[in-house]
Parts: sequence; C-alpha cells; structure tokens
Amino acid sequence: MSVTVLLFASYADALGTSSLHVDLEDGSTVRQLVGRLRERAGAHALPPDPLIAVNERYARGDITLSAGDTVAIIPPVAGG
Amino acid sequence: MHARLVREPIDAGGLLAGVSRSANGATLLFLGVVREVNDGRAVSGIEYSAYEPMAARELGDIGQEAAQRFGVTDIAIEHRLGELALEEVSVGIAVGHPHRAEAYEASRWIIEEIKRRVPIWKREHYADGTREWVDPTRGAAEARA
Repeated sequence: MSVTVLLFASYADALGTSSLHVDLEDGSTVRQLVGRLRERAGAHALPPDPLIAVNERYARGDITLSAGDTVAIIPPVAGG
Repeated sequence: MHARLVREPIDAGGLLAGVSRSANGATLLFLGVVREVNDGRAVSGIEYSAYEPMAARELGDIGQEAAQRFGVTDIAIEHRLGELALEEVSVGIAVGHPHRAEAYEASRWIIEEIKRRVPIWKREHYADGTREWVDPTRGAAEARA
C-alpha cells in the first residue's frame, strides 16, 4: 500500500522535500513508516518518535496505517 | 466564535469589536508581537508557516473547547502566516465575558493551547543575515539535563 508523507519546516529542509509517497507492507504502523523515512539521506534530523498526524489528526506511533492515508511528520510546534 | 489563519495584518480593533456585546462586562485582547531579541540574538523578522488545514482546524477546536470550558461564547482568534517584521502581531486573541476572571482564564488557556498543539512553525531571521527554525523543546530539554 502507498501513503502520502508530508514534511514541514526543519524536517522538510533536512530531507529536501515537503511531500513524498512511500510504499509499505499492508498493516504497517506509523512507527514503521518513520523507521523507513529515517533510512533516507538527511533524515538524521528526524527523531525516532516524532509528533505525527494521520489525516490531519494527532496520532500515536503504534496505530496501523491504511492505503491512501496522509501522514504528517510534525516538528516541534512554535506558534504564538 | 471566530478562529482563522490570516496572511494579512491582524486587525486588533476588529477582533475586539467581534467579541463586544452589552452582556459582556469584560473584553480582553491579547497580542503576540515579534520581539527584537530571542535567546540573546538580535532578530530582524520572523517567517511563520503551517500545516494549514490542520492548523485551522486545531485553532477552531481550541476556540470551541475554550467556549465550553470557561462558558465564554465571544471568542476571536487569528494567527498570522508569512513574513513578519519587528512589532508586527503574530497572534491575536479577543475574549468577551460578563466577568473578568473567566475572560482572563480563557485568554491564557487559549494562547497556551496554541503554543502546545497548533502545527505552526517559525523561522527567525537574525540581524547577522542567518535564519533558523525555532525549536521550543530544545531549551526545555537543556534545562532538564
């Protein structure tokens, strides 16, 4: 299955892109996706357990992803 | 309840007018403003970006939750995105309530929730020409160490 990954701010700079598609085995978790991303060049900036949103809602690392999900990897927020 | 992300300058008077009613004995306005020094470095401006659909929804959720939690119906929240110069307003929160105690509590709660959970990032531009994404968790981790 394929999911869309969105990257922002310092994470987008580090990985050199703000969005990508990742192919995963069915039943993969958020944490497994993050593990895959951390294998990419520049991904040292990505912590092992970053803040995540699935389909625009905050989500835990152990939830199972579905085909077509949009997964946002969220750097420490700094609004205000 | 009004909550939105904006790219144009925040109109503080407009926010206040939006929460003023004859039932409200207190109207309160909080403005977050771009400051000239952060962590000892001279700042020349700040660039704000967001995961816009989620940030807009979180702002709205915060407004709704504040309304329930504090019994406040008159709430207006705007957060600016884009490039801001010193002294420009990055966030505006107006609260109207019959009594001041609830207005102060709601206003404080709203700004702390915005800082805690709305997916907005800022990159500071420094007077020496460099720029850096701000990580509010970094100082906290160092303080704990």
